Amino acid sequence: MAYRWEWDVFLRDTGGGQSYLEWMLSAWGWTLSVAACAWVVALAFGSVIGTVRTLPSRGWVLAGNAWVELFRNIPLLVQIFLWYHVVPALVPPMREAPSFLLVVFALGFFTSARVAEQVRAGIQSLPGGQRMAGLAVGLTLAQTYRYVILPMAFRIIVPPLTSEAMNIIKNSSVAFAVSIAELTLFALQAQEETSRGIEVYLAVTGLYMLSAFAVNRVMAGIERRVRVPGYVGGGR
Amino acid sequence: MLDLDLSFFSADLFRNFILKGLVFSVQLTVVAMLGGIVFGTALALMRLSGAKWLALPATAYVNGMRSIPLVMVILWFFLLIPFIIGRPIGAELSAFITFTAFEAAYYSEIMRAGIQSIPRGQVHAGQAVGLSYAQNMRYVILPQAFRNMLPVLLTQTIILFQDTSLVYAIGAYDLLKGFEVSGKNLNRPIEAYLLAAVCYFAICFLLSYLVKRLQRRIAIVR
Repeated sequence: MAYRWEWDVFLRDTGGGQSYLEWMLSAWGWTLSVAACAWVVALAFGSVIGTVRTLPSRGWVLAGNAWVELFRNIPLLVQIFLWYHVVPALVPPMREAPSFLLVVFALGFFTSARVAEQVRAGIQSLPGGQRMAGLAVGLTLAQTYRYVILPMAFRIIVPPLTSEAMNIIKNSSVAFAVSIAELTLFALQAQEETSRGIEVYLAVTGLYMLSAFAVNRVMAGIERRVRVPGYVGGGR
Repeated sequence: MLDLDLSFFSADLFRNFILKGLVFSVQLTVVAMLGGIVFGTALALMRLSGAKWLALPATAYVNGMRSIPLVMVILWFFLLIPFIIGRPIGAELSAFITFTAFEAAYYSEIMRAGIQSIPRGQVHAGQAVGLSYAQNMRYVILPQAFRNMLPVLLTQTIILFQDTSLVYAIGAYDLLKGFEVSGKNLNRPIEAYLLAAVCYFAICFLLSYLVKRLQRRIAIVR
């Protein structure tokens, strides 16, 4: 059973004046923008929530834990539907929000719970003496976090953040469900229109792997630059 | 302000629309977990066998699966299985095969870590009392690895349960679909999505609480 490849499917016209190749590249752009914007949201919220969970105040810790449990125990697809269908109904100003923005928040908040876990683990992995030393030299708690704890913690958690950054590329594929014109939606629609599913899926899969690999290289570069001397995998 | 009307949710509705989806999601989770752990352990043993012709394909399979989005894997299997066997296949059956194959890659990484965490002395002790490789694995290494990794395996299963909602891509009737259909039929989509979220949250929160308790019990023994 020999398969007849028809790679020229990508040169065919979609009917809208562009080729499938052009459509796919624009879809790749959407995948990368959804992932990149959601990553910014995830890092911002994840850092704050993760930090808050290590504060000496019980109320903050509980609030932080609640955030993580909430966003970790609901499937991403359901969260995307919540943002897309429920949030605009409950919060009138969100009614005008473009679906791109809603998906960015959905994916960003979902990932923020995971980032928060890593940030908390990173902070708690530091010897308790670091915090005491900061407070002992007269820094306030906020200054201790700003100048002593967080700079160390963030440098330690680059490796786990790398895998979260790669996950966010993969997870952005779920945005197809609310008709974001990203790679997976392209794959579904182009497969239906051209019946050349194997060629289309191969190309899309290749682009996903390429994107994840690129993220991995960038993060590995960051890791090399910021690693803490004396820690496992660190320089001299 | 929106007025939510949850009164539409009745025992009848549950029986007619949601139960079917819940049963499918649970079945899919259990089948993919058991199948995934079996195939995953086999993959882990292949990678740790020391034989290149076994380790290389297993490594390629695990890394390949782990670098592709699950939605794409679901679409790939739904496209390829009919192509290979020459006749169409239902979305539900396709989902069972896909999730087993996909989860095997993730469970295999857990089992590999579990097997590697067993001290070398255990392997040597098994060999010293004359156990064959298979017997050593069966009676000495795997039971300990499995026990050590039980909380991680179960946590992966909770993620698996959440991921089953992605069968949305091929239109299988799962728990989420059950809520979606009832929301459409009764014209209360917003409440239906909210209830779906509450339902998934309750199940996953309860399960992860139980895993945490189990983890504490295991930790004390060790």
